[in-house]
Amino acid sequence: MAITARDIEDMLKAAFPAARITVDGDDGAHFAAQVIDESFRGLNRVQQQRAVYAALKGKMDGSHGELHALALTTKAPD
Amino acid sequence: MNAEDTIRKTVTENDVVLFMKGTKMMPQCGFSSRVAGVLNYMGVSFADVNVLADEGIRQGIKNFSDWPTIPQLYVKGEFVGGCDIVTEMTLSGELDQLFTDHGIAFDKDAADKIREANG
Repeated sequence: MAITARDIEDMLKAAFPAARITVDGDDGAHFAAQVIDESFRGLNRVQQQRAVYAALKGKMDGSHGELHALALTTKAPD
Repeated sequence: MNAEDTIRKTVTENDVVLFMKGTKMMPQCGFSSRVAGVLNYMGVSFADVNVLADEGIRQGIKNFSDWPTIPQLYVKGEFVGGCDIVTEMTLSGELDQLFTDHGIAFDKDAADKIREANG
């Protein structure tokens, strides 16, 4: 079943309730997400993006993952 | 040798390694192509590992790095990031700094040109 930008946004909101989140993309496979959250402060980009991937619970995982491509931007609020 | 040992050996023996879909001459995914393109353009000498050629490596590198996507860039045995992180670091100049810190040769003018074109 194809995943939607809304599904991704819901998963991210569940994991980062106070974050500013935008998800774009409507082809069911390629998306771009931006997550700005206080919890990212002090983490490097790898750590920030690992946290986002964890929130997506395996949906990114390879050939069986529903999510083929997610361009990701993460940062702490300015 | 199992996949984990092979990966550890590869990132230990090569200063810069890109785990990618396809090869640096013929990438098979837009994200892999973008990172390989940046390294090629910057004149960085790097080893490319085509994960599509080996299912054990394809899964193994995700576990090894604790990172679910390809491409993955390693510099001096350290995981740097995937496509988005490498792109951000290229545009911010952090990638130049990383290469400089590790004594890895690259074409500074080419890196500046990438930033001019994407500024």
